[in-house]
Amino acid sequence: MIPVHAAVTQATLVNYSLVAIYSSMFIYALAFIFFTYDLAWRVSEARQLAAAPAVEVVAAKRAGQLTTKTALLDRPGPVPPGFEVAAATKVKRSLSARLGMVFTVMAWLLHVGGTVFRGLAAGRVPWANMFEFTLTATAIIIGVFLVIQFWQDLQFLGAYVTGFVLVFLGVATINFYVDVIPLPPALQSYWLVIHVFVASLGTGFYGLGAGLSVVQLIQARREARGLGPVRAVPTAEKLEALAYRLIVVGFVFWTFTLIAGSIWAEHAWGRYWGWDTKEVWTFIVWVIFAGYIHARATRGWRGSRSATLAIIGFSAVLFNFTIVNLYFHGLHSYSGL
Amino acid sequence: MASRPSSDQSTDPKRPSDHFDSPELAEITNPRLGVVGTLRFFWRQLTSMRTALFLLLLVAFAAVPGSLVPQQTSDPNGVIQYKAANPGWSKVLDFFGVFNTYSSIWFSAIYILLFISLIGCIIPRTMHHIAALRTPPPKTPARLDRLPGYLRTVDAPVSDEDVADGVGAARDLLRASGYRVRVFDNDSASAERGYLRETGNLIFHIALVGILVAVGLGGGFIWTGQKVIPVGQSFANTLSDYDSISPGRWFSPDSLEPYKLTLTKFTPVYERHNLNAIGEAIDYTAYLRASVPGQKATNVTIKVNSPLRIGDTDVYLLSNGVAPVVTVRNPKGKVVYTQPIPFLPQDADLTSEGVIKIPDGLSKQVGMIGLFYPTECSPAVCGAAPRSVDPQLINPVLTLQVYTGDLGLNSGKPVNAYSLDTDKLTQISGFGTKTPGITLRPGQTAKLPNGLGTVELNRVIRYVGLDIHHDPTQLWVLSFAVLVFLGLITGLFIPRRRVWIKAVRRGGKVHYEYAGLARGEDPRLDDAVAEIARKHSQLLGLNMKP
Repeated sequence: MIPVHAAVTQATLVNYSLVAIYSSMFIYALAFIFFTYDLAWRVSEARQLAAAPAVEVVAAKRAGQLTTKTALLDRPGPVPPGFEVAAATKVKRSLSARLGMVFTVMAWLLHVGGTVFRGLAAGRVPWANMFEFTLTATAIIIGVFLVIQFWQDLQFLGAYVTGFVLVFLGVATINFYVDVIPLPPALQSYWLVIHVFVASLGTGFYGLGAGLSVVQLIQARREARGLGPVRAVPTAEKLEALAYRLIVVGFVFWTFTLIAGSIWAEHAWGRYWGWDTKEVWTFIVWVIFAGYIHARATRGWRGSRSATLAIIGFSAVLFNFTIVNLYFHGLHSYSGL
Repeated sequence: MASRPSSDQSTDPKRPSDHFDSPELAEITNPRLGVVGTLRFFWRQLTSMRTALFLLLLVAFAAVPGSLVPQQTSDPNGVIQYKAANPGWSKVLDFFGVFNTYSSIWFSAIYILLFISLIGCIIPRTMHHIAALRTPPPKTPARLDRLPGYLRTVDAPVSDEDVADGVGAARDLLRASGYRVRVFDNDSASAERGYLRETGNLIFHIALVGILVAVGLGGGFIWTGQKVIPVGQSFANTLSDYDSISPGRWFSPDSLEPYKLTLTKFTPVYERHNLNAIGEAIDYTAYLRASVPGQKATNVTIKVNSPLRIGDTDVYLLSNGVAPVVTVRNPKGKVVYTQPIPFLPQDADLTSEGVIKIPDGLSKQVGMIGLFYPTECSPAVCGAAPRSVDPQLINPVLTLQVYTGDLGLNSGKPVNAYSLDTDKLTQISGFGTKTPGITLRPGQTAKLPNGLGTVELNRVIRYVGLDIHHDPTQLWVLSFAVLVFLGLITGLFIPRRRVWIKAVRRGGKVHYEYAGLARGEDPRLDDAVAEIARKHSQLLGLNMKP
């Protein structure tokens, strides 16, 4: 017999979860639009700045416009009106970035709420299949992104982060969705809580590090071409240092994931390492990021080359999560699809 | 990249010459290297950062094909299917050993080279680090204002004694902050901290070598065996009682500890409430009685995530299934065969396939291929082809196809108990013959065709498939893995840095200067110098010069 009240409660919680996730997606979409708008401003400003003759910049500075930062110097007309427009521009730009942040925080709260409801509905941690893992891992990416803002302004990454999370939430709700079902015996272990959670933490840090590396490559290209760097975005060197710090944390989590996974594999499958497809790809990701860390210490490999390695490494993480889960048969076939 | 000031090399971590932190050497052109020179050249190349990086990335790249193609070790059935589907391409892959990628010569060559390169890096660095641990910090640079994190106080009129006190305070402050300090000429303190960074770094790399050695040397001592036990039957840990065993190079049958396991009960639990998962397995528990010689027998349980550790072995519950108990009698009614036959599960609803072989007792050798459905779906619902819709024994049905002829058991070659080689057999009942197949429910008896005798399905019991492993490397590998992790954290997050505090006299006045130098990644260097400058200047009651 089915206990009716339990079934109803579970269905209700699952619905709460889905409503929260769909709402968060809508708000993430708004955040993405504002962040993109903000990015467009940053880039167009940089272009205008680069197009302006240096003499005029100096002249503008001498004219006491140090505070305006932006320089609509190619704009015809007397300076005072230009000053007004520039000031308005500055407000507008920070407004769109700030709105992006506000919407991201709102969406994230709903996102975390939806993930928690899913866990409550299932009566366990919400990361036992691909759908749930996507909810949790994307919530962690946004969470890390928000926490880092306290000591480092990363708003220029907002478009990348919200766009990425939005795409994955969309794929998860449409393609990865599975109903709440009980855990198969092999997953009934406290290692599910530890191993998978740390893996998603590692994924979050790698993802942000790779995003910074992408921006780093763009900045480095602009710098190399003599174009001004994108305004209000750190220099390529600063971005590289930031990306390194995030990726190193990701690497520690990933190492832990490998070790914890091996211990669990011994318990569940009778061997700690068996070159299962998922194991191989987790190992490949580990080696690529180990290579990244060494590249950062090798003369001639710092800068754009190591940034490329970070991006390749995160692509391998995504490959491991999507293609390996869906198209390869192995012991880690827990997508539920 | 900012060029780094040269400094005393004796306390620096010794790194390959192409480490970005190493001093850049002028290109030396050697016209003739000679044999020793050439070898040294190759050794330098092999142990350089660039080669290590190349080999690392090559390992990652080389691991890819083995993940795209099924592997002999983890998925032997997949290999067979793959070869059948791609006969031509498989020959190419076989030639390169891609079905055994991770033990292939080329993969081994890459990682062995990588580890030689690693060892070639570790040994000199360890020697150097041991020496560096005993070396005091280097002399204070003449000019601090060119170094990172440079700060200074305002000028103050001051006597020699005050300067000595100021430098003494600097020494105490730095010591209290965990620095190793040396005072020079009574006017400056040179300090270094974070030696643990290099220690952790070395431990990380040495432990990686440790894992490789443990796996490589210990591999010969590993053996794994399989045993299927129906409920009520026993297993003795002797070589002859295993269904199959893959021994390592140094396996000796005498080393098996003769314990005995009896499967008293096996309880699978299937979901009954959740409408999305009716019939899904949610728990398997095997109840066994374990007797070790010289000890009292005990009751133990094995579950999927909790193996049994007994007699130097680990016993895992890796599979389970149904075993119909079948009795075959000859035409006179004499029992010629009666036993549970483990059937292999084919799907989640436990549709299972098994083989019955009766070499003796009947007028001909008889083989039967059986299909078992724990809950046969009514043909009105599921159509004519029988299938199971639930793994529990709700409506159990066994169907049999009967063959006669040569079972191939007399040739002396080992034969797979779970398959029937029908090449030398003639089918006499079931699909494709005139005689319909036999269908049995528990308690029912049917006649075999051609008056061969009868077959009865007595009941259906469960069996478990146990994997029994002996792996003395596990503890070693785990210990090294823990060291890898601890070394990694220490090597990455403890900053190695130098800090100098210097009293600079000019005329009758003095001011203090502060600066630092990172040895490796150190994003917080400036903050750390500023913090020390703040504390020190406050101690002396001096203001910082903005």
